[in-house]
Amino acid sequence: MTRRNVTRAEYCVIACAEAWRDNGEVLASPMGLIPSVGARLAQRTFSPGLLLTDGEALIVGADGVTEGWLPYRRHLTMVTGGRRHVMMGASQIDRFGNQNISCIGDWDRPARQLLGVRGAPVNTLNNAVSYWVPRHSPRVFVERVDMICGVGYDSAAAAGPSASRFHRIPRVVTDLGVFDFATPDHSMRLASLHPGVSVDRVREATGFALTVADEVPDTREPTAGELRLIREVIDPAGTRDREVRG
Amino acid sequence: MTAEEAVARLDSGMTLGIGGWGSRRKPMALVRALLRSPVTDLTVVAYGGPDVGLLAAAGKIRKLVAAFVTLDSIPLEPHFRAARERGAFELMEIDEAMFMWGLHAAANRLPFLPVRAGLGSDVMRVNPGLRTVVSPYEDAEELVAVPALRLDAALVHVNRADRLGNGQYLGPDPYFDDLFCEAADTAYVSCERLVETAELTARAAPQTLLIKRHTVTGVVESPNGAHFTSCAPDHPRDEPFQKAYAAAASDPAAWAEFAARFLPPHGSEKDYRSAVRTWHEEQR
Repeated sequence: MTRRNVTRAEYCVIACAEAWRDNGEVLASPMGLIPSVGARLAQRTFSPGLLLTDGEALIVGADGVTEGWLPYRRHLTMVTGGRRHVMMGASQIDRFGNQNISCIGDWDRPARQLLGVRGAPVNTLNNAVSYWVPRHSPRVFVERVDMICGVGYDSAAAAGPSASRFHRIPRVVTDLGVFDFATPDHSMRLASLHPGVSVDRVREATGFALTVADEVPDTREPTAGELRLIREVIDPAGTRDREVRG
Repeated sequence: MTAEEAVARLDSGMTLGIGGWGSRRKPMALVRALLRSPVTDLTVVAYGGPDVGLLAAAGKIRKLVAAFVTLDSIPLEPHFRAARERGAFELMEIDEAMFMWGLHAAANRLPFLPVRAGLGSDVMRVNPGLRTVVSPYEDAEELVAVPALRLDAALVHVNRADRLGNGQYLGPDPYFDDLFCEAADTAYVSCERLVETAELTARAAPQTLLIKRHTVTGVVESPNGAHFTSCAPDHPRDEPFQKAYAAAASDPAAWAEFAARFLPPHGSEKDYRSAVRTWHEEQR
């Protein structure tokens, strides 16, 4: 399979799937289309131990067979017990991985009310939390988020050992690349670029100073088998291309 | 009892817990009865959906305790958004696990329960009343003390119930409805179908008996009483109607028209059902 045949959305799927590599028997909670395709790809290939839900209250295997019951209250036990890796969305995210889905502007009287904190505070203190941002822009990648819902590395450290004990943000995936916090101060680093994206483009789309190494690798190529699974089995309708074009 | 009779037992200023989750199995018939009543100045405690949106639009909420408000298939609730953006009520915004432990604390007559969630997040900033506790054991961990969310009354909707208040859910998720009832001084349960006690377990396992009669004050039979939210397996969410609701809720003039048609002040649940039926016929 040659590179030009692979769409940006498919690189995003691969980058999301990689988040769950070597996770073992944990619940993969993907939020968003492309993370969902990625989680299912990971489960069908290199992370067969992953548990996935039907989006409601059932745990379903790769073949669609129900293998467990997971209503909301039990889901919260998976969260606090740490046997889960969620990939959440972010309306805003900052340099240390603080994330906001609650509101834009002053919390007391927001310019734009969004969803609310939801489970972001409990997620980030208890199980691995990665993020998915389908449109990387300076409005999302901000210097400081308006309301800390998902806890970033600096906030967890400031809140003390109880907050940082199980805190981990493995990666942030966007339509431009993959980011992590593998720096001495846990600030965000460009880990890989999706093929066709330049470092300058990422810098322009990011509202804070990003750590960028001299040599940034490309996001890895999907294998022929992975492409077939994505295109023919997991997402034959091509919903991924509606979330990320090009 | 009827929805009107249940709501007549509620007073302005009460703390009211509403079961269901987002736009799922919400006790909407009870909420509609509440909208028609003079009861106001409420503290509403909910995993918020259109129940919160409607009560906010009607100006009945003084304070909201919630982790989110959503319509599920439509992520953002327009009435909730508008109410927040005009500063219409006080908000206690807490994480959804903190919320669950607050209900557990209330149900277990505890002043609080310790959780890790909240630390390091702005939940602590926007709720200056929240306190932390230090574990008395060797670990000495500092944890958030989530205060009990004790309720004056709870409203929930289930698939089946008997006259005594034994409530049964037949869908995939109990949500937190039993907890809402246990955390409340009084609880009103609406159901799709009122049945004899023996019928509850004639075809379903006893584990589906979610709500126990000692936690229930009154039972209301209300077929389609969760409309337009889902009540699996009895009925799915009415997506076209929810779409119309959300579209109308985004515009004051359209909302006035929608409310006059579906939620008139002197209407009834029967009128509502008939208005919805007519609307669906028009959509064909």
